[in-house]
Amino acid sequence: MASLRKSFFIKARDFAHAGEASIHIQNLLKSMHLDSALVRRIAICCYEGEMNAVIHGGDANIHVDIETDHLTLEIADDGPGIEDIARAMQPGYSTASEEAREMGFGAGMGLPNMKNNSDDIRIECAPGQGTRVHMMFLYEAERGIA
Amino acid sequence: MKLSEIVRELDATILYGEDQLDKEIILCGASDLMSDVLVRPTNGILLMTGLASVQAVRTAQIAGVLAVVFVRNKRPGAEVIEAAKAGGIPLFATPYSMFVSCGRLHACGLCGLDGRR
Repeated sequence: MASLRKSFFIKARDFAHAGEASIHIQNLLKSMHLDSALVRRIAICCYEGEMNAVIHGGDANIHVDIETDHLTLEIADDGPGIEDIARAMQPGYSTASEEAREMGFGAGMGLPNMKNNSDDIRIECAPGQGTRVHMMFLYEAERGIA
Repeated sequence: MKLSEIVRELDATILYGEDQLDKEIILCGASDLMSDVLVRPTNGILLMTGLASVQAVRTAQIAGVLAVVFVRNKRPGAEVIEAAKAGGIPLFATPYSMFVSCGRLHACGLCGLDGRR
């Protein structure tokens, strides 16, 4: 199978549409008959990342690259960046707004959950240059493309 | 336990999913915090929540939740029901509190997400 790239634009603070890109990606992966446990892991990471971008990030882009033996997910935003990545990776640490908490988010569990559900995660950010979260998922743990 | 029995037990209103009432539920979780839902094994469960927002439905869809009950008679907006239709997720509203709703379904045999009672 040739590699396939899909990209989605995410608008900052647009809670009405937050999550739509992740659901689109979830439906796409289901239609490709990827293993359901793998699709769930990817969808959860994508959604956590999408919500992070909507809550903190400024406008963002999600890029999914579907390869023959793995999939990569990149969520790149124009937000203020993460001041202390090590702290942000600790469960329970959060800088989310009250508005995000009212939506049921902002409990400081997003990044740790993305780490748990991906096979590799890299976070790059510099002050004023936004945040780029790069995740990789291997098919080998599950069945891969049928 | 079938969704139809859950609807009866909770005196619930069916907001969406009339055609899915034969589906079976074994495990149930209750949370207003979607971050919590996303870290738990929620495939095929019933989710009870007081968060009647579109994010509750989108979280349910992403996490593989089979159906959602809004407690305390919370009535979601039209966009929430539209999201449920798009995702094929049955939505119910019960007049009971979270505590009483959970108690009623526990008494009927539903288990927590770890399968314990």
